[in-house]
Order: sequence, then structure tokens, then C-alpha cells
Amino acid sequence: MDTYEILQSYWWLLISILGAALVFLLFVQGGQTMLLGARNDLQRSMMVNSLGRKWELSFTTLVVFGGAFFASFPLFYSTSFGGAYWLWILILLGFVLQAVSYEFRKKKGNVYGTRTFDTFLCINGILGCVLLGVAVGTFFFGAEFTIQKGNLLNTAAPAMSAWAPTHGLEAIFCWKNLLLGIAVLFLARMQAALYFINTIDDTNNYKLQRKSVFVNGGVFVLLFVAFLVVLLTADGYQANMENGKEIISIVPYKYFHNFIEMWWALATLLIGVVMVLYAYGKTILSDHFTHGIWFSGIGTVLVVMSLFWVAGFNDTAYYPSLIDPASSLTIRNSSSSLFTLKTMSWVTVIIPFVIAYIAYAWYSLNKEPITPAEMQNDDHKY
Amino acid sequence: MNDLTSLVDWSRAQFALTAMYHWLFVPLTLGLSVIVAIMESIYYKTRNPHWLATTKFWMTVFGINFAMGVATGIILEFEFGTNWSNYSWFVGDIFGAPLAIEGLLAFFMEATFIAVMFFGWKKVSPRFHLAATWLTAIGASLSALWILVANSWMQYPVGMEFDPHQMRNVMNDFWALVLSPVAINKFLHSVLSGWTLAGVFVIGVSAWFLLKKRNTAMSIRSIKVAGWVGLIGILATLATGDGSAKVVSEVQPMKLAAMEGLYKGSRGQSIVAAGILNPDKKVGDNQDPFLFEISIPYGLSVLAEGDPDAFIPGVEDIINGISISPQGDTINNISYAERIERGKAAHEALRRFDIAKSEGDESAMLLAHSDLKKDFDYFGYGYFDSVDEAIPNIPMTFYAFHIMVILGGYFLLFYIIVLLLVYKKQNILKGNKWLHLLAIISIPLVWICSEAGWVVAEVGRQPWVIEGLMPARAAISNIPTSSVIVTFTLFAIIFTGLLVAEISIMLKYISRKSKETID
Repeated sequence: MDTYEILQSYWWLLISILGAALVFLLFVQGGQTMLLGARNDLQRSMMVNSLGRKWELSFTTLVVFGGAFFASFPLFYSTSFGGAYWLWILILLGFVLQAVSYEFRKKKGNVYGTRTFDTFLCINGILGCVLLGVAVGTFFFGAEFTIQKGNLLNTAAPAMSAWAPTHGLEAIFCWKNLLLGIAVLFLARMQAALYFINTIDDTNNYKLQRKSVFVNGGVFVLLFVAFLVVLLTADGYQANMENGKEIISIVPYKYFHNFIEMWWALATLLIGVVMVLYAYGKTILSDHFTHGIWFSGIGTVLVVMSLFWVAGFNDTAYYPSLIDPASSLTIRNSSSSLFTLKTMSWVTVIIPFVIAYIAYAWYSLNKEPITPAEMQNDDHKY
Repeated sequence: MNDLTSLVDWSRAQFALTAMYHWLFVPLTLGLSVIVAIMESIYYKTRNPHWLATTKFWMTVFGINFAMGVATGIILEFEFGTNWSNYSWFVGDIFGAPLAIEGLLAFFMEATFIAVMFFGWKKVSPRFHLAATWLTAIGASLSALWILVANSWMQYPVGMEFDPHQMRNVMNDFWALVLSPVAINKFLHSVLSGWTLAGVFVIGVSAWFLLKKRNTAMSIRSIKVAGWVGLIGILATLATGDGSAKVVSEVQPMKLAAMEGLYKGSRGQSIVAAGILNPDKKVGDNQDPFLFEISIPYGLSVLAEGDPDAFIPGVEDIINGISISPQGDTINNISYAERIERGKAAHEALRRFDIAKSEGDESAMLLAHSDLKKDFDYFGYGYFDSVDEAIPNIPMTFYAFHIMVILGGYFLLFYIIVLLLVYKKQNILKGNKWLHLLAIISIPLVWICSEAGWVVAEVGRQPWVIEGLMPARAAISNIPTSSVIVTFTLFAIIFTGLLVAEISIMLKYISRKSKETID
């Protein structure tokens, strides 16, 4: 491996970490889908305020995930966002609605009423989870696109990449992508319930959320097992270097082989799965267990990272083109230049500091759980 | 061609819509965060509960506004991919870096500490809370820094070279991007204009309280802080605006000509202080560009070059490639017609390179690459068929520039008067309702001024998405125009609907607080 390849892999690793952090933080979206079903205003208020202290973190992680992808793999940014137009626009619209809803929902004069903003949060919760899952699904199950860089010189129609005419709607209605998307939704809902258990000090809430963990977690486990079966039996694209050119070919059971050939990815997946299952089981079976979110959260991060690794490492095309395999994206052919990756890598020195201050602020705000009394008294609440 | 034009126009309209909405909220965030941080610092030092109440009042207003800035900002970042996918590849190697750094360095800081700022009053120590408030303000300005570095690079592309193997530009000097004179000026100009805007906003709202004769002490406190922040803001905005004009005259002379409605330049060029453009004026005809104008002799030469005798080229001079040296000699530079020709030659050379590469013909690749290098400076012009396509919208740039400058002058006066009154003649400030009304009316004016600045920057840059390198029409995604029309409409409805809610919430909050005692 030369320096360039090492840096390409390093940036794919960072993308996997950001993607994994985003999926973990989707518990905010999962929680938003549960607000309309809250038993009463007080319960809803505690849920909203528990989530409201974290919504900016999940939102920011999405923005940074996009920015990092742009900086490190610009051909993905160019191909996927411009191609799967409707998929990304729907995701973004959901997040636009989310950004204002916490602040506006209870404010006097908000024009549309609290319920409208709660509905916006629910829309973002569903669209955010399902469609981000669908978007990640296309990393494995591909899309119909071609890339012709020379087209840049066609002054009448200069776009380099062409996509299926449905521009992302076909990705949403692909059952394999949807399977992952719906699995992510139920994972997010389970984690939201675990988060509520951890951050709200109220007996009624505890009982309710345990039930929620049981139902949503159960559905998630079934869907995730189905997704794993589909993934491990799916064909993937292998990208080999021959005479300085990347030759892309279809390989049966590619992702299964990737897990076998990259034992560390398999180990990470298994540890992650065990941690999520432990959080699920212990929360249901134990009467006083409130730390499930941490086991489940770390487990989710590990599982998602391992999925990104089998999507992009081991000479795998992480964005397969179903109609022109040569157009498929790999971490080699879609990355930024050596100079840019090096420059950007220096910037990543700051990441431990960022993680440290996020952790400290998280701890400071969450060390005392939210109580019904606080909802009556606090001067800034959603 | 018509389909492409329509797609480009709608994509531009969508981006402009998002950017204009985004900029409604961002400058208030930039300035108000600093004002709130100063107020909390005073509270921290004095432990005076009146300052705490004042801080909390403005912090709530800050929160209402902040959410909308975030909502519109996410769309902007992703629109580079959704609507400008060619751009994302052609220069993503350079442009993506500041966006990612913005996320890592600024967004996380802002997102983390804003939560502490709002919810941490009773959960963290006063010192940590104050630090969180300042870090939120610093995070907002850092975010602006990186996005403005990216924008400045579009105005003045530096620190990169073209790689024909990948048909894209690649970065070769990161610090050239960050420290380009355009970036430094633009960052200071934009962020400090946010201080100006927020100062006017705070003074205007405080004037409403004074008009209603409620919360007088809080209003006076607020006016003092906002007055100083705003005065520093407007002085620095004017100074960096002057710096920007000098840089623009150097790197974007066409934009400067459009800002001034200058068709034919001269030595000792006057500046138009105010004027009405002749709507029938066309490039190349002999009609007077103005129906009416008030000019200041030598003004533009001084503004742009610092020399009353300097030659400032007009639109027609630039098209014809004519400039005049300091010694008075006429210099024939490359005309736009020749640039278009050489741009097409660069395209042809790149085409030959691509074919040679696919055939593995290395000697042909070398030859094509050598030809490409000769003409690459004009690559972007190869997309045009006539010189008219390379001229920005002159009326829009001219009027936006003059509105910005006139209002900028007004706000300098505004701050001087407000500060004099608040320290020397407080009774007049408290009792004169005309002054209160003037301050309230200044609120929409400062927003018009601020938006006009971006119209100058972005419309004056057209037709380029990257000055001289890539016109907007080459940066486009391959999507149906109808899809962009639908998303444009969706964004327009959603942003407008949410703006109505934000204004309504703010008015309700301010109105409610003007009926009760805040202190």
C-alpha cells in the first residue's frame, strides 16, 4: 500500500465512523416518531426535552458526514446527490422541518400550532431513518447510473453522470434498500426508548419505554437478520488493478467473502451485535437497568462501521452501477487527490478534542435526569 | 440548448432562493451571539441580576433565529451535489475541504455548546456556561470563516492545477485558498456586517420598548452594548468593503464595472454616488448608460486603485481587452472573443488527450497536454458562443451595490447618533418617539443592505460559478428542469412558511415582553 492508498483507506474509515455515529444519533429521529403517541402532554414534554438537547448533534453529524464525503470522495457527492435527487431532497426536507420544530413547537405565535410541529418531527423521524437507510442500502445493492467524465466537454449537455429517469425514487422502492431503511427506523425507535429510560426520571415513563424497547427491538432484530441474509448472499463488485487500470467485475457472495477475508470486520460486527442484543435483553429482563443506550449505542456504531468496511474495503466497489459496472465507485477512483487527503488528514488531529468536549457537554447536561418537576419550572424548554 | 438554459436558470434560482433565505438568519446569529456573550460576561463579572435578565431575553431571541439559519444552511451544502454535480467533481478536490473543515471545527462546537447555553443555566457552573456562550459565538464565526473561504475561492480560484487524467482541478496549495486576499476581506466584511445588522436589530427592538415605555433600563443597557458592537461592525465593514473593492478591481474587473454601470472606462474615473440606469443601453452602442447620475470626480480610480489618475476599464474595455498603463500607454490584452476561441482550443486539446489516453498513446497525450496548458487559462470561455454570455446582469449588480453603500453610510451615522444620545442625551433617546420609529424602521433597512451585499457578490460574478474557469451552465446536474421547478417551489413554500412563523414568534415574544417587566 502506498501513501495514497493508506490515506484513501483512512478516509473511508473516517466516513465509516461518521456514518456509524450518525446511525447511533438517529435515536433522536426514532424518538420523534414516538411523540405523537405519547400518553399525555407531560410525557411528551419530557420526551421532547430529552431529545431536544441532542437534536443539533444528530443534525450536525449528518452535515459533517456530507462535508467529509464531499472532501474525501467528491465523485460520490457528484454522482449520488445529483443522481438520486429525490432521495436526498426528501431526506433534506425532513431535516429542514426538524431544525425549526423543537424551537418553535411551544412558542406563542408559532402560526401552525404545536401539533403541526410535532408532526414535522414525526415526518423527519420517519423520512430521516428510512431514507438514510435506503441511501446506505444503495452502497450494497447499487443504482442505475453511468459516469462519462469526457461529457464535461459537451457544451450542449455537459453533465458527466446520468441516472435512471426516476432520480432516486427507484432506490426508495427497491425492497432490499427499504428492508435496511425500515430496520434502521426500528433500531432508532428502540434506541430512543433506551435513551428515554436513561435520561427521564419517571416511573410511568420507565414502564412505557421498556415495552417500547421490547416491541421495536424485536421488530428490528427480525428485519436486521433478514437484511444480513440478503447482504451475505448478494453479489458485489470487485475492483482489481490491472496495468494501472481498475477492472470491475461481479463476484457472487462478495460481502460474505469480505467478512471472511477481513476477520476484524466480522469480529467488529459480532461484538456490535452482541452488545445491541445485551442492551435489548437486559433492559427487558432487568427491573432497574437504565444504561442500555450505551451498550446498544456502541454496538450500533460497531455494526455500522463493519458494514461500511465490507462496502468499501477489500477492493470492493462501494457504489455499484447496475447498468455499467465500469462506472461503479471505489475508494480508489472516487477519492480526492493525495494532496487534499493529506491536508485534510492534518485537520483530523482535532477529532479527539471534538469528541472530548462533546462527551463533557453531554455528561454535564445529562448527569441529572429530566423530571416532571423540571418541566414545570425550567426557563428554557421545548 | 434551451433545455439546458432553462435547467441552469432554475438551478440558479433555487440556489439563490436558498442562499438569500439563509442570509436572512446568519448575520443575526453572528452578531447577536457576540452581543449575548458580552452581556453574559458583564453579568458574570458583576453578578447583577438585571444583566442576567437582559442576557436571557436576547438569548431567547437568538434561539428563535438560530433554528432557521440551521434549517436553510443544510440545503445549501447539499445543493452543490444535488444541483451542481459537475461542479462537485470538477473542483470538489478543492472546494470540499473547507466545507469538511467547517463541519469538524465549527459545527460541532456550535451544536454542542448551544445546548449548554440554553439548557445549562442550572446544570453547569457560571464560568462553564459563559465559556459555552462564547464558544457558540466563536463557532458561528468559525463556520462563517470556512464557508467564506470556499466562496472566495469561487470568486478567485487559486492554489490548484488542472489534472487532465481525471478531468478535474486538484489542490496544490491549501494556504493560498485560506489566505487569499479575497477570503480575508470577505470573511471580515461578512462577519462584521453581521455585527452591524445585529446591533441595529437590538437597538430597534429596544426602541420599541422605549416607545412603549416598558423595560427602559434594560433597553438602555442593550443599546449601549449593541451600539458599540454595531459601531465596530460598521467601521470594519466599511474598511473591508474598501479593501474588497480594490481586490475586485484586480481579480474581477467585470464585476467592478457592473457595480458601477461603467461601460467605457477612463483615467481619473468618477464614481457614481447615485443614479438611474438607461434601460435601453446595450453593450457596444453609443447611448448614455445613465438617465440620471450624481458622480464624484476621480472617485472610482481612488476607490479601486488608490490613485486619482488610474485607468478603470469599463465593460466594453474588458470585452475588447483594452487597458491603459500608469504611463498612459494603451495595452491590448486578450479580448473576450479571443478568450472564447482559446477556450474552445483548450476543450479540443482535452478531448484529444482523453482519446489518446483511452488508446494508450502517450506521445499524443503529451502533445495534447502541452496544447491544453497553453490555453487552459481560458478553459471556461470555451462554453460560450458569444461575448454577451460572459457579461453579468448590470442593472441588478449596480442597484444592489448602490443600495448597500448608501445604507452602509446611513448606518455609520445611525450608530454615531445612537451612541452620542445614549451617553450624553439619554432623555432624548428615551423620550423622542420619532427616534424610536427611525430605529424600528432601520431594522428592515439593515436586512436590505445585507442582502444587497450578497447580490453584488454573486450576481456580479455571473455567468461564472468559478471565476474564469467554469460557467454555471457547465456545473449542472443531469436532472429534468421540471424536478428543479418542483423543488424550487417546495423550498419557496416551506422557507416562506417557516419565516412567517419565526417573525410571528419573535413579534409575539417582543410584544409580550413589552407588556411585562423583564428585569
